[in-house]
Amino acid sequence: MNRIHIAACCAAGLAFFSMSAASAQTISRGAVIASTCFTCHGTLGSSPSDIPSIDYIPAERMAQTLKAYKAGTRYSTVMGRHASGYSDEEIVETANYLASLQKKGK
Amino acid sequence: MSKISRRDFVKLMGAGGALSAFGLAGCETAPTKASSTTPAKAAPRVVVVGGGFGGATCAKYLRLYEPELNITLVEQNANYVTCPGSNWMLGGLRKIEDLTQNYNALRDKHGVNVVIDRVVGVDAGKRLVALASGKTLAYDRLVMSPGIDFRWGEIEGYDEGASQLMPHAWKAGPQTVLLQKQLHAMPDGGTFIMAAPPMPFRCPPGPPERASMVAHYFKTHKPKSKILILDAKDNFSKQALFMQAWEQFYPGMIEWVPATGGGKVVRVDPKTGTVYTANGSSEKGEVINIIPAQRAPTLAANAGLVNDSGWCPVNQSTFESTRVPNVHVIGDSSNAGAVPKSGHTANNIAKMTAAAIVSLFRGVPPPQPSHVNTCYSLVSPDYGISIAAVYRLGEDGQLQGVKGAGGLSPENASAQQRSQEAGYAAAWHKGIVADSFG
Repeated sequence: MNRIHIAACCAAGLAFFSMSAASAQTISRGAVIASTCFTCHGTLGSSPSDIPSIDYIPAERMAQTLKAYKAGTRYSTVMGRHASGYSDEEIVETANYLASLQKKGK
Repeated sequence: MSKISRRDFVKLMGAGGALSAFGLAGCETAPTKASSTTPAKAAPRVVVVGGGFGGATCAKYLRLYEPELNITLVEQNANYVTCPGSNWMLGGLRKIEDLTQNYNALRDKHGVNVVIDRVVGVDAGKRLVALASGKTLAYDRLVMSPGIDFRWGEIEGYDEGASQLMPHAWKAGPQTVLLQKQLHAMPDGGTFIMAAPPMPFRCPPGPPERASMVAHYFKTHKPKSKILILDAKDNFSKQALFMQAWEQFYPGMIEWVPATGGGKVVRVDPKTGTVYTANGSSEKGEVINIIPAQRAPTLAANAGLVNDSGWCPVNQSTFESTRVPNVHVIGDSSNAGAVPKSGHTANNIAKMTAAAIVSLFRGVPPPQPSHVNTCYSLVSPDYGISIAAVYRLGEDGQLQGVKGAGGLSPENASAQQRSQEAGYAAAWHKGIVADSFG
């Protein structure tokens, strides 16, 4: 086996390992975006204030709500300005992540 | 607020078992000296310097993302007074106790090693932080969140001593109390002068909100008094919304002088209560609030983190310094593209940085960052306005506002909407405080 072959085998092995590690250890896009919701809506979506908690809403309903804010068909003071910053895919991933949180807020 | 199960959080955030991963990642992310001195399976050490919104949030979210980290937060004061809300205090809507935080939850609930001490130096080569007590802290990654310092001397005659007579009140705490005392002692019919700073500075809508809250106090207690804003800029944040509301609530009380109108303050005489502007005129006031130009603190400069701009350039994905490896700079001292310096953005930057650091330790790519800013201002107790934005990394590596998102409260909003936003301002403060310190 020449050097190039050895290098190629090693690279393939490393690539395989990194990918399997990544799937277990990567912080998802939905979780990253949701973490920015927590500033107002409370850590893990459990709100300490009159701002609603978001840790219990079924994913489908949450995604629809966010898309309606984005489209401007649902009234808001600020949520429309936020929701319009995300693609529909991002909204769905964020809604799925939030729905996976168990209700701890009000 | 309900207690968060750390294990639940980690599970939900997609983190697997940690220690085994760190055994591998430790080699990858601490490639030089640390790998030879750190046992492969020891928990990586993160030291966070500064316990404001940036530092506190980062320490908390590092823990929430990863139970096996060794996290130390160093802060020189046992309590932290939030700058957001400190203008409300001047308006009589809050007491300082309402704004005062501690680090008990970080220590007791999140297992952060809280060290009340002052950092005197950083040795990036040896990865050591030196403390005033003589102790040193070793780190694998360092997070610096030191806030701002002032460019003393840019306004002639304005130094730390002068700030005891003409408070800046731009770091909340004793300075806010001093300014409030002066306002309370001022006779009706007096003039309050505020010198507003040039960009970039902490909390761009802060000066006009402060003018609004002082105006509310005057309207309630000293209605013959005046407010003069001398600005180093030609425009200010949420300008149209503020000016519209000033006309409604405080007609004739607030005068704003832009830089081109002679507003830039170049010299002060604290003994006579006089400020001198760039066009050669002078103004006298009973209470004078000088908000100086700002920069990253000397501590950051001494650590080699600051460039000619006076701020800390960073990789805007991970917030790792572009000048010193393994050191992340977050919050107001970092240069974060289009992201303004605010408590809200410091909280978001801290979360993205925590996610990046944990990913780097695990040897996986850091997630694509996504930031939000939401900034409420109170013009009167029941009248709130806001600005919001979503930020993403552009192809040039700079954080940019997402087009079509964000923006200001509408100019034609109803009284009910203004009232709702005033309510959200208070709720926002509760939320961000709990998310950062709770």
